[in-house]
Order: sequence, then C-alpha cells, then structure tokens
Amino acid sequence: MTNSANSKGTNGLSRRAVLAGGAALTASLFAPKGLRAADFPTAAVNTTGLAVTDDTVTIGILHSVTGTMAISETGSVQAEKLAIEQINAQGGILGRKIEYVQEDGASDWPTFAEKAKKLLVQDKVASVMGCWTSASRKAVLPVFEQYNGMLYYPTFYEGLEQSPNVIYTGQEATQQIIAGLDWVNKVKGAKSFYLLGSDYIWPRTSNKIARKHIENYMEGCKVVGEEYYPLGHTQFNSVINKIRLKKPDVIYAIVVGGSNVAFYKQLKAAGIDMTKEDPILLTISVTEDEIRGIGGENIDGAYACMKYFQSLDNDNNAEFVAAFKSMWGEDMVIGDVTQAAYLGPWLWKAAVEKAGSFDIDKVREASPGIELPTAPEGYVKVHENHHLWSKTRVGLAKPDGQYEVVYETAELVEPDPFPEGYQ
Amino acid sequence: MFSEYTASELGAIFAMQGFAGLILFSVFVLMALGLAIIFGQMGVINMAHGEFMILGAYVTYLVSNLFGDLMPALFSGYFFVAMILAFLAAGALGMFVEWALIRHLYKRPLDTLLATWGLSLILQQLYRSIFGAREVGVTIPDWMMGSLPLTDLIEVPINGIFVMVLAVGISAGVYVMMYRSRWGQQVRAINNNRQMADAVGINTALTDRMTFGIGCGVAGVAGSAFTMIGSTGPTAGQQYIVDTFLVVVFGGAGSLLGTIASAFSISQAQSIMEFFLSGSMAKVLTLLTVVGILMLRPQGLFALKLRK
Repeated sequence: MTNSANSKGTNGLSRRAVLAGGAALTASLFAPKGLRAADFPTAAVNTTGLAVTDDTVTIGILHSVTGTMAISETGSVQAEKLAIEQINAQGGILGRKIEYVQEDGASDWPTFAEKAKKLLVQDKVASVMGCWTSASRKAVLPVFEQYNGMLYYPTFYEGLEQSPNVIYTGQEATQQIIAGLDWVNKVKGAKSFYLLGSDYIWPRTSNKIARKHIENYMEGCKVVGEEYYPLGHTQFNSVINKIRLKKPDVIYAIVVGGSNVAFYKQLKAAGIDMTKEDPILLTISVTEDEIRGIGGENIDGAYACMKYFQSLDNDNNAEFVAAFKSMWGEDMVIGDVTQAAYLGPWLWKAAVEKAGSFDIDKVREASPGIELPTAPEGYVKVHENHHLWSKTRVGLAKPDGQYEVVYETAELVEPDPFPEGYQ
Repeated sequence: MFSEYTASELGAIFAMQGFAGLILFSVFVLMALGLAIIFGQMGVINMAHGEFMILGAYVTYLVSNLFGDLMPALFSGYFFVAMILAFLAAGALGMFVEWALIRHLYKRPLDTLLATWGLSLILQQLYRSIFGAREVGVTIPDWMMGSLPLTDLIEVPINGIFVMVLAVGISAGVYVMMYRSRWGQQVRAINNNRQMADAVGINTALTDRMTFGIGCGVAGVAGSAFTMIGSTGPTAGQQYIVDTFLVVVFGGAGSLLGTIASAFSISQAQSIMEFFLSGSMAKVLTLLTVVGILMLRPQGLFALKLRK
C-alpha cells in the first residue's frame, strides 16, 4: 500500500485496503493525509443534504454542561473533542475536517429532545455524539428516528433497547454484570449477595439481571436483600445496619450521583473496612470520575466491574491517557464512560470510510462488523445489534483514586441487549 | 423476620438503629435551624438555603487544602477552623443578599420565593464556574472517620457523634440568642409587630440583616459538617432543600421547639421504617404522614399565637 495507490483508489477495494492498514495501527506508514477530499466528490458522499462541504463535515455534540449531570458528562465532552482533534490531525474523514456544533442538554430531558431536533433539522449534522442518562437517550430517540440521525451513546446502561439510529459504545447490562458476579463467586467464593441501588431504571434493571443470574445460574448462591433509595438520598445508616444483620458475602452496590459519596463515607464511618473483604463490595457505578468526589481513602478496597479503567496497561491506553491529559490537564481522571465517548468519533469515522459515504443509511449498513483495534480498552467490534463486543474487567480501588485491574475476561463478551432468561 | 438471630444480635441491631435515628435527627436539626430562623422569624422563603450550606462545604474544602499544603501538622484540627470560616463566609454572603435583594421584598413575601430560587441558580452556576462541575473530595481528618466499637457487634460512627454534639451545641446557641439576648428579643418583637417595633425605636433594618446573616451562617456550619457524610458539588444543596422545608413547616414556622420536635419525629419515623421497608417506600410513607398531619393541622406541630 502506498499513497499513490490510494489516491487513484476510488473503488471500494482500495478503500477497504486503506482501512485495514489504518486499523492495524500502522498509520505511520501512511502520509497523514491518507484520503483526499477530491477523490470523494461531495455530491457522491452526501446524497441526503447533510452538512458536508468539500473541506468539512459537521457533527453534533449533545451533553449536559450545566445542571446536575454536568458532573458526569463533562468527561465525555472532553473525550469526544480529543478524538475529533486527533482525527483532524490525521487528515479528517474522507479528506474532510470535522467541525462540531455543541449543544447543552442542561440536565433536562425535554431540552435534550429540542436540541437534538435543532442539530438534525437546522444544522444537518452528519452524526451526534451525545447523551449520558437513559432518560436523555429515551427523550432524543424519537427525534433521531423521525429525522434519521445517528447517535453515538457512551454510557453503560440497562439494555432492552436497540435502535437503528443509535450506536451504543458503552456496555449493556449483561456484559457488565455477569462477568463480575461469576468472578466474585469463583475467585472469592462469595455465596450471598445484598443488592442495593438508587431508585431508577438502570439500577433496578441491572439488579434484576443480577438477581436472575445469582439465583438461576450460580450454584448455591442467594440474594439476601434488595433495596433502593431515592436519588440524592444522603442517609445510609439504616441500610448499613441491615447489611450487618444479614451478613452477606457481597454488597452489590449501584448507587449513583451525590448519594454515592454519602454511601461510601458512611460505610467507612460505620467501621466496615472494605480492604478486609468482609463483606466484599462490588459496584458497577463508580468510575475514577466518581472516586474524585468520594475520596480514594473512603473506597479503598472496593471492587468495580466495567470495561475500562484508566490504569489499563496497554500501548493504546498509554497514548490515550497522555493525549487526554495534555489536552485537558494533568489532574484529569478518565472513567469508563469517558473512554466509551472517545470511541464514538472513531467508530463513526471507520463506518463512514467503510461506506465511502456520509449518508446515514449507508453508515448504518456499514457499522456492524467495524473493528477498532486502536481503542484504549483494547480491540472492540460493532455487533449486528449496534452494541460493542468488549472485554469486561474487575478493578480494585486504591487510596490514590485509581483502580488496579485484577481480572479480565479471556474473550470479548457478546452484547445481548435483550437477554433471554433474564427478563 | 427475626427468628434466625440471637437475642444479643437483635439487641445490638436495635441499639445501632436507634443511634442511626439519632444521627438522622441531628442532621435534620442542623439543616433546619438556619431556615427556621429565616423562615420562622422573618417569613422569608429562602430557596437558596441549600446553596448557603454548600458554600460552607466549599469553604471547608478550601481550608482542608490550605492546611494540607501549608500546615500538615495541624491538619487533624482544621475542621474547627473551617466551621468558623464557613459561618463567617455564609453569614457575610447572607447579609449582602439581604441588603441587595431581600429587604426590597419584605412586603411581598411570596416574591422572596422566586427571588431566592433565582439566587440559588446563580450560586450553583457560580460554584460550577469556580470549582468545576465535578464534585470535590474533602479530606476528613482520620480521627473523625472511624468508629468506636462498643461491643463486638455495636459500632458507633465517630462522625455521627460529632454531628450530634454539633447539633446540640448550635441549638443551644440559637436558643440563648433567641430567648436570652437583646437581639433575640428584638427579632421576636419584629416578628410580632413590625410597625410597633419600629415605633419603639428598634433598628429593624439592622436586625433583619443580622437575622438573615445568622440564619445563613448556621446553614454554612451545617454544610461544613455535612462534608463528613455527603457530597460537595455545585448542585449538592438541592439534596437538602426538600427535607429542610419539610422539617420547618411540619414543626410550625416560628417555633424553635417545633423545629426540633419535628426533626425528631420525622427522623425516627423514617429510620424505623427504613429498617422494615425499602428506602424509597419509607420516604413515601414519611411524606404521606406529614402531608396527612399538615392537612389536619396546617399551622404545624407547634405554632405561635400571634396578633396580626
């Protein structure tokens, strides 16, 4: 493969070859500007009137930068901007620089829907990186389906959804939950579980899956308690007493937001030392981002189960962490969702290049099977159901606010948003 | 549900659960005292109460960083300095707000609701701009984070004891100021009859400013103490505002004793129900009970008899 070969190559074969080469992380073999816009006339790559010119393509970023959710969504915005900048530095997509229009969902679900409509109808963006909570995703979904947009959604979530207009770059519930439960059962010998969560759809659905798995697929294991507290609840002493009484092997916690901070501080104050693993605390809702608010010393010894930790030891991740910190500051931490948000623009780029077009329908068709060996979490692949194949990992929280990876699945875990036997 | 436990285990659990209820009670008292002064004595519906608390929390955060960087030897004691500074900072902001905003609205008490709600949004965005959207982690001195093992089974969290002592201390302080000091006498006189108080030579403008400032200062101390048990972020104040109003209104505006009695009954009811039911259900039942009682007794548990 040489540069001259690919400047002639307007046919699909050559493009695919370029892609395969890029995918193998051998970008340095190419001159950075591998694809030239002149080879892809705008009229041919954009038949539906999207915001694509001869030099640029416009996409949307739709997250909350004000309101309650700004705490969580800021990292996603930063990761997406980093990915866009890096793609542009490599010559953009089909020779076009990415420009973005950023809208603020303001932690308010109707605002998300309104801004999504503005991005699709008025700005004609070619894709949208956005949303964080399930509620915001549910709010924009009808808009994306009506106006045929493409949303890259970064958060791990409860599953039970599969839209032709969304690529889910985070894990769905079964991917995140089952591997962690099996690990704690086999490696730590845990038999009894106390399920705990904030009271809304994600923790409830996730605990439902966890309960089914514990009761039906894990021999001799049982759930000794299941409980939900309103969002923003700050007093956990009662439930901590109940946990003492039930003496579970594992506290399975899906507490979110400000409640998280209260829960871990009070757990520690109540004399439950998680480093002693009696009981073991296993969570799926605390990333490095949340630990900054909780304080590393308050969550020392807890285990978290997700697909990405900042401490992952591989070359892709080392590069990603360094680039993220040099763009946004040395004291930044990177959580699971931030990494998933970073995948969005790259997955979209790969799909556009595979399709040889920005048209939403062609991008959608091209998406399944897209591989991203350069992902910080390691190789990922888009499944037919628009979710990602990815590995699941268990991390041990350290006082410095980072996780030490103690386990990872041998194989990629298949996404299964509508798990049979778990509903 | 208790058959599988021994008597000593059950005793221990009930003791700890009783203690959990007392901690919740102290938290409610701390949250509500500042509002009881402002809402009860001045009739100002201060929707920004939570943001004044968070100001106290941010002050604590800054002081902890300062001590950590400059005076690590004294770190274990920084919390007391932080609480005093939190009181002063929140009090000063409160007096400024009274001067700039509230004093123009005394004749229109319902408008204070809208004005202070706007203020709360402004303060939230201000915190976000200064400290960032993410929550900050406040490092608590080690001696405050552990627990005291009384027996094998009973462990008492030290920060719980701290909050309880603080609640008792501040309640006593507010009581003395309200009912044993000249300032308190003036505040109550104004609350009874503003024009008459004016006529007999009480400086109502200054007293109002002081009252608002002290109410906000107490909120600041509460916010400082809550860094031990809760989160510190731009919108964290919203977590407290509903419970705070609940306690004050249920207790009967204007009555300090009412606020304390109401905090006690709500916290005990909630913590007992939390033990037997799930957390969300306990909250629902607590709210329903309060609504029911307020329908029968709209003036709250303890109401002052006023001549209007």
